[in-house]
Amino acid sequence: MFTEPAFQDPKLCRTLLARLNHVLDGRALRFMEVCGTHTVAIFQSGLATLLPPFITHLSGPGCPVCVTHDTEIALILDLAGREDVILATFGDMLRVPGPDGKSLKHARAEGARIEIVYSPLDAVNLADKNPDAVVVFPGIGFETTAPTVAAALLTARQKKLNNFSVLSLHKLVPPALRALLADTPNSEAHIDAFLLPGHVSTVIGLAPYGFLAEQHHVPAVVGGFEAGDILLALCLMGEQLRDNKPTVRNAYPRAVNDSGNPRARALMEQVFMPVDALWRGMGNIPESGLALRPEYADMDAAKRFQTTLVEYPPPKGCRCGDVLKGRISPPACPLFDKKCTPASPVGPCMVSTEGSCAAWHKYAEHE
Amino acid sequence: MKNGLLLDAGSGGQASRRLISECFFRHFANPLLERMDDAARLEELRSPIAISTDAYTVTPLFFPGGSIGTLAVHGTVNDVAMLGARPQYLSCAFVLEEGLSLELLDRVVADMARAAEKAEVLIVTGDTKVVPRGACDKMFITTTGVGGIFADPAPSGHNARPGDAVLVSGAVGDHGLTIMGSRENLSFLTDVSSDSAPLNKMIAAVIERAGPVHVLRDPTRGGLATTLNEIAEQSGVSLVLEETNIPVHNSVQSGCACLGLDPLYLANEGKCICILPADRAEAALAAMRDFPCGAEAARIGAVTPAEKKPRVILKTRIGGSRILSMPEGIPLPRIC
Repeated sequence: MFTEPAFQDPKLCRTLLARLNHVLDGRALRFMEVCGTHTVAIFQSGLATLLPPFITHLSGPGCPVCVTHDTEIALILDLAGREDVILATFGDMLRVPGPDGKSLKHARAEGARIEIVYSPLDAVNLADKNPDAVVVFPGIGFETTAPTVAAALLTARQKKLNNFSVLSLHKLVPPALRALLADTPNSEAHIDAFLLPGHVSTVIGLAPYGFLAEQHHVPAVVGGFEAGDILLALCLMGEQLRDNKPTVRNAYPRAVNDSGNPRARALMEQVFMPVDALWRGMGNIPESGLALRPEYADMDAAKRFQTTLVEYPPPKGCRCGDVLKGRISPPACPLFDKKCTPASPVGPCMVSTEGSCAAWHKYAEHE
Repeated sequence: MKNGLLLDAGSGGQASRRLISECFFRHFANPLLERMDDAARLEELRSPIAISTDAYTVTPLFFPGGSIGTLAVHGTVNDVAMLGARPQYLSCAFVLEEGLSLELLDRVVADMARAAEKAEVLIVTGDTKVVPRGACDKMFITTTGVGGIFADPAPSGHNARPGDAVLVSGAVGDHGLTIMGSRENLSFLTDVSSDSAPLNKMIAAVIERAGPVHVLRDPTRGGLATTLNEIAEQSGVSLVLEETNIPVHNSVQSGCACLGLDPLYLANEGKCICILPADRAEAALAAMRDFPCGAEAARIGAVTPAEKKPRVILKTRIGGSRILSMPEGIPLPRIC
């Protein structure tokens, strides 16, 4: 009834930690993860308190809620407020404040029909059961989420539902990594290596990350989410740095196939096409988002409701952007734990439980 | 609308009488209730008295391991018991939605009656209101419990002392995950059920065999982590927990992993936290384990002096540590 998780085995982790220390031999390692689940896992497992002081953990743009732009949040709030709309969303979007500080929670209290769903298919069922309303599903998330949204959309079409729509705000991980390395005078963030997202990689495989090693000479390792997985990934990064042979490695083979999941990718490609997208704190990144293909225009909430994007300046003083780029750690933001707390978040990095500011606030020792 | 509740049933007239006698009296039958005076007269209460009230609004009304009816009894019984008291009497108020299926109401009331019988408490007074359709979601139940405090000194959240042991009476997170699962029909959560149970008899046994305890709390909403934070703050101490020793069922652990939830923050409805001098911890654990609801009881940590400010610190499985902080609002499942 109570079994110990194998990849959190204390002995295994001690062994890996010793190997890591040996490999690095005091060499500084600043690694960036780009997945909210990694952010949380590193704190939750207690790994953050066990890593040697010369290892620095940076949380990049890996939390889907955090990278969603203010402009996009405003769009979701706009749709939620429309008559005859049921907004079906994943739970963690509920607390994200829009440009005027109001969130979907406020919208719901004011009468908007907002339903929390656990899968995009739940949203399709909701449409099926509510023919008098139009269900809008905000498609937020990376390559992990996009195929399931594509599948939901195809299901809705198969069921001939004309009241299901998707507001596609999906984002792609590799273009963001490219932008990070291009934009950053790499002296500021100074990323020695990437811990690549395990979930996203189950879909896209290793190939799309090739440029990291080839063009930027930055080691990159796909890692799982238990302490042992992360330690192994760090060891592989350390070895590449030591040997000066940066490459892309898979340290999570029990879940990630090197070539990814072609079926999921095919679904994604059938329904979506790459477009430029706005990222919070990073601005516009070419070909980093997914929009619905014209064949699915009737299910495109943006087209159906003729929405327009209104640009909003980022909240005053909020440095989520610098946090996401690895330039500062959350406590270095002047708002952190003062004006910006989980109770009244200013930036989304504090809202999502997987946001780096929220994780620092929740788990790390601070005054 | 076959067998749906009409507004008449809350009118105070004949329709109300019928509902009371055919449903409530039939299940709750006891002489104190059946006198039908405006209030119940209680003879056997000895002061000091513990009193607690709670409103139950859970959706869905029925879920694996319990119902709104079992919760309405167990929840209030447990709150009274946490003061070192023997819960004896309950009052209950029903707010029912017009059109509610009478068969459903009957099942809930039957559940309450069985739960009260098991907990050895009497439901001695009550009230029923029927509100227009849409004014409430099927039914809300409020119960109030009273009982004489027998523990001397009585436990309180303010009494944790450095050197005390921290015990929990069983695995945590089952109820919270079950409710989330049945509310959303999460098909992968097949092996979880609510821990809804009365703890009063187990509490009495613990105090009888291990002596007075410093703190008793039931970690309902907000879960183990939230309640421990409240205790740390009230008592001005820190609590250091060992993750390996905190019982969490495998099914709950894996369900939480899928949804990005932490079982330490999920509600329990049949568990208690017990903090007492370390030398009596084993006696208390032995007493708990004699009851099915305490079979998985475990010693999970210790009380230490607060450095700077009261904290709850978790020593993780791999030997690191992290803070267990107060949560902000309801736990929400994440995107991926």
